[in-house]
Order: sequence, then structure tokens, then C-alpha cells
Amino acid sequence: MSTQLNAPVSRENIEALSQGRGEPGWLTDIRKEAAALAGTLEWPRPEKMRIDRWKLTAFGVDRHPELAGDLSQLPEEIRASLPQDAANLVVQRNSGAAYRNLAEEWKAKGVIFTDLETAVREHGDLVKKHLFSVVKADEDKLTALHAALWNGGVFVYVPKNVEVEVPLQAVLYLDDAEAAFAPHVLIVADANSRVSYVDRVLASGAGRSAVAVHHAVVEVVAGPGALVRFASIHHLPESVTDLSIRRATLANDARIEWIIGDLNNGNTLSVTKSDLKGNGSTSDSKLITIGTQSQNMSITTHAVHYGLSSESEMETRAVMRDSATAIINGVTKIEKGATKANGHQTERVLMLSPKARGDANPILLIDEDDVKADHAASVGRVNEEQLYYLMSRGIDREVAERLIIRGFLEPIVSEVPIEAVREELERMIEGKLNA
Amino acid sequence: MATRFTVKGLRASIEGKEILKGIDIDIRGGEIHAIMGPNGTGKSTLASALMGHPKYEVTEGEVLLDGENLLEMEVDERARAGLFLAMQYPSEITGVTNADFLRSAINARRGEGNEISLIKFIRQLEAKMKELEMNPEFAHRYLNEGFSGGEKKRNEILQMMMLEPKIVILDEVDSGLDIDALKIVASGVNSMRSEDRGFLIITHYQRLLNYIKPDFVHVMMQGRIVKSGGPELAERLEAEGYDWIKEELGIVDETVGQA
Repeated sequence: MSTQLNAPVSRENIEALSQGRGEPGWLTDIRKEAAALAGTLEWPRPEKMRIDRWKLTAFGVDRHPELAGDLSQLPEEIRASLPQDAANLVVQRNSGAAYRNLAEEWKAKGVIFTDLETAVREHGDLVKKHLFSVVKADEDKLTALHAALWNGGVFVYVPKNVEVEVPLQAVLYLDDAEAAFAPHVLIVADANSRVSYVDRVLASGAGRSAVAVHHAVVEVVAGPGALVRFASIHHLPESVTDLSIRRATLANDARIEWIIGDLNNGNTLSVTKSDLKGNGSTSDSKLITIGTQSQNMSITTHAVHYGLSSESEMETRAVMRDSATAIINGVTKIEKGATKANGHQTERVLMLSPKARGDANPILLIDEDDVKADHAASVGRVNEEQLYYLMSRGIDREVAERLIIRGFLEPIVSEVPIEAVREELERMIEGKLNA
Repeated sequence: MATRFTVKGLRASIEGKEILKGIDIDIRGGEIHAIMGPNGTGKSTLASALMGHPKYEVTEGEVLLDGENLLEMEVDERARAGLFLAMQYPSEITGVTNADFLRSAINARRGEGNEISLIKFIRQLEAKMKELEMNPEFAHRYLNEGFSGGEKKRNEILQMMMLEPKIVILDEVDSGLDIDALKIVASGVNSMRSEDRGFLIITHYQRLLNYIKPDFVHVMMQGRIVKSGGPELAERLEAEGYDWIKEELGIVDETVGQA
């Protein structure tokens, strides 16, 4: 029996599910309330894209995997991109954790890195304090459904003044066509801490042809002076709809760096937002996407300035092929009182097909006078002068175009902090450009 | 076979306006030809038309490189046939490093299965960059992005040295260069002189020709070569300017397609 998204999720089902997992009462209550809300709230309505017309019914059933003792039990294609030493890694397979590891060195310093379901059991107070504190369950039908149904997930906690020098990695994958796949990622970085987190969302085996909805929420809580670097690559097949909401809340002088690769082949809603609450907080978002076939994508980066002298940078680059559609929104909002705030955004779209559509929508909403905000947006084709230049050195048109397209994405790809992940991203890009 | 590059009766227009009105040049391997002339007389159009820039339409004439008709080829095929144009305004391409670009260009010539080894490539690149007194870091910078005018010109010469073409056209390669950079560029060009390589140097000043000695000098006006001679012609132009030629030929306005 799969849960029907358009029908209200039954409170009783949710309760049974939650209790079956041995979750504490407070979490069962959150899930039950959210389930009720899901029946009344509307789907989010991003600019120029009716996601409520997407096929949003295949929620899947709970499929918790066995916890693997070592990585050799994972499918080859998933293993290929994992760290050699399997350290500092969480793997979610379908509805739950399949592997988790954190080096002793970091455990000793009080760092927590595990799947969220385990964290609920082992660090209940910490999770309870922050879960759904950044993204609220009652925002819309999507967040409510997610709050009711999330599974597996990732929890990161970095104590005060601790700098985690190695990136924490997660791989979340679907390999069961029936499975519910709804990870929730919660990252809490305490004052003056520092952490890099890199994840990949993939499908393997039967997951490649699954008709499914992947709904995910990422919450980042960055304490005073904390630095969080968050990189995420999504590469889900055509039949899977990806609904991903990422949001960070930043205290004084905190910083978040988002690096997002939306490389799905199916419909995608991607919203990456920074709430710059603290004075002097800063945010940097870099996002790439490639639209192929007939997929529809709504891609939003968003920065909201509350803090004095808060600064945001956002850069999105999209390559559009075939008859794909992408609506690329960049929203810079400066609230009254956020004096000396500085928001800068760029959206660039490279059109490779006359049938593709790529809209760049820069939106500046400024309620304070003493600020700086600007935007640059462009939609264009491969530059003929550049092509001529490359071809004049003997490079044929096709290769020259490919160099220019890859070059267009490169400034963001090169920011991915782990070489193996960067290479994997490059392979995915090649795959999408060659398909 | 010795290199031979022949341009016969070349006419070309841009947006319907004729700029080249019948150009004839014959370059043999080992020779250096210079094309001089005031601004707006069609010199750079000649360079672009020979390379195959999409904005220029060749309406008449023939361009043969070792018997092959370049005008029937795409830009990349002309390059692989052995033509090289050092451009006056090279493009900047974000995200493509100089080294990656050069390796792609070299491999395009060598063909699949015969790619240059990475080590050999790096060794060559480093040696040539040293010769041109370029900072090795430039290999990893994005192609021409943020390069100064002089750095771009050196980068063009670097490409020429790495690609070893049969016919080299230098389009105003001296513009924007200080004297030291000019000497380095000139010595790069001189190091490439060989019996099977011909050069066509387009310039508006004589000073480059103090460092690269031409065998033949052609003066271009109104989209035609109006006078040809030896190196002494360049020296006279340097001393006396272009007015005496205009007078001799009864030319009032030497430019072409300007208004």
C-alpha cells in the first residue's frame, strides 16, 4: 500500500509507522499533526511553474534496509564514488540508514554524524530542539507531508569551537521501485565551529525505473561565527520527481556556502534559502543545473537579510537542452533594519535548443534604504566568437561547443570540495550533455 | 613538399559591403611577408577571411595551401590543414584552462588514438612558456580571461609554438606590447622560422619589422595590395609615412567600407 499524496495522509497510519520505529512521543506528535495539516494545506506555488500538476502520488512504502557492516555489501555503482576508507560516511538506502561511520577522532571531540532516525533515539533532546525549527512543518503541503513521512536522514552536530577538517559525506539512494525515499538532513553547527558536508542523491538498480517522489528537507542551524559548507548533487532518473527544500538560519557572523548540482532527469523543485538573521552573517550559493528531454524544473536560490551588514552572493548557471523547461529564480530580500546589507545575484542560462525554455527571474525585494543589492541575469546561446576562436586552433565544432559548455559550468563545479565527488559530478554532466 | 600558400583574386564582404577587392599573395615556405597599411584599409579583414570568420563572406577568389582549397573548408579544417592566425582580439573563455584548450587543439590535429601524452605535453608547454617568459601559472588560468593585452598576445604566440602550423598569420600582434614584450614575441616568431613555414605579418607600424625581418612587404589600401617590395619598402614607410604612396597612386581616401 502506498501513501497517496493528494489524499490526506492518515493520522493513524502515521502513528503506527512512528511507533513501529520506536520513535519518542514528541516525534510521533509532530508527524501526526503534520499529517493532518497535509490534508488542508496547498502545494507551494513557485513562479511560472505548476508543480501541483506534476504526478505527486507515489509516496512509496516503508523499506528499511539492513545496516551493512561494511561497504562491500552496497551496490557497485554506489560504492564507486564513496570514500576509500569508508570513514565519516552515512548511507541511506531507500527508507533508512544502510551504513554509518564517524572516525573516533571526531567522536572524541563531541561531533555527531549519524542517520537522523538514530540521532532521534540517541540524542533526542538535541534533535528535538532543532528539528523543524528552520523549515516549519506547517508552511505548505510539501513541508507538512515531509514532516509526517520523512525517513532515514542525516544528523550532523559540531560542538562549539570544533573544526571538522575532513568533509562528512552522505550518499542517499533509491534501489527499490516501491520504497518511500524521504530523507531529512539536519545540520547543527555550534558557535565558531566549522564543517563541510557533501551528499549525493541517486538511484540504482530498480530505483532507476521507479515512479516515485523524492521529498527532502535540509535544515542548517549555524551558530555565531560558525562556517558550514554544504554541497549536494542530485541525479535522479526521469520517473522520479525531486522536491527538495534546503534552508539555513545564520546567527551573528555565521556563514553558509551552498554548492548545489541539480542534475536530475525528472521534474525538480529545488529551493535553497539562507535566512541571514545575524549581524555580519554571510551566505554564498552556487548552483548548476542541466535541463534535458522534457523535464520541468523550478530552481530557486533565496537570501533573506535581517542582520546588519549581512551579505549574500548567489550564482546559478543552467544549460538547457531538448525541450526542457527551467524557471530559475533568484530572490534577494532585505528586511527593514538590515542596514549595510549587501546582496548580489547572478543567473546565467545557456540555451542549446530552440525548443528548450530557460527563464531567469531575478527578484530584489528591498525594505531598507542603506543597503546594496544588485543582480545580473542572462539567457543566451553558445557565443559564436568563442566557437570561432577554438575552431581556429583545429578543434571541431562539436568539441569546441562542449568545451564552452563545460567551461560555463566549471567555475561552480570546481568549488566541490572533494575530488572524487567533483569527478563524479563531471561524469554526470557529461552524461546529461551526451544523452 | 615545400609549403606554398597562394591567395588569388580574393574578394570578401561583410554585411554586403565589399572590403577585399581582389588580393593576390604568394608565400613559399621560409618566407616572411608583411602587409602594412593605415587603419581601415582591409588588413584585418584579410586575416579573418583567410581563417574563415563567419561574419565575412568570400565572394570570389581562391586560397590554396599546398594545393588544397582552404575556402571549401570549415575553420577547424583550415587550422588542421596548417593555417594559424594569431588574433588581434583573442576571445576569453571562462572555465576552459589554457592547458586543457591547448591539449584539445594538439589532439585535434593528431587524431584519435594518437593523443599526446600528458607528460610530453606538459614538458613542451613549460619549455615554450619559459621561452616566452610567461608565468607558468598561466597554463592553469582560464583561456585569456583577465589577461592583459600583452599577455594575450604572448598566449597567441605560445599557441603558435605549440601547434607548429605551416602558415602563420599574425594580425597586429605588436599592438598593445611594450618594447620588452615585443622583443620576446619577435624572438618567439623568429625561433619558428623554418624552410617549411611561411609567415604573413599584418602590422600598421614598422617597429615589429625591426625584430622580424620580412622578405617581402606589401602595402594595402582600399582593400587591395597597391604596392609590393622588399624590406627597404618598410623602412621608407617608417621614414616617410604613407602619403607618398597615396600621391603616387592618386589615392585620396585609402580606407575601404568605412561609411
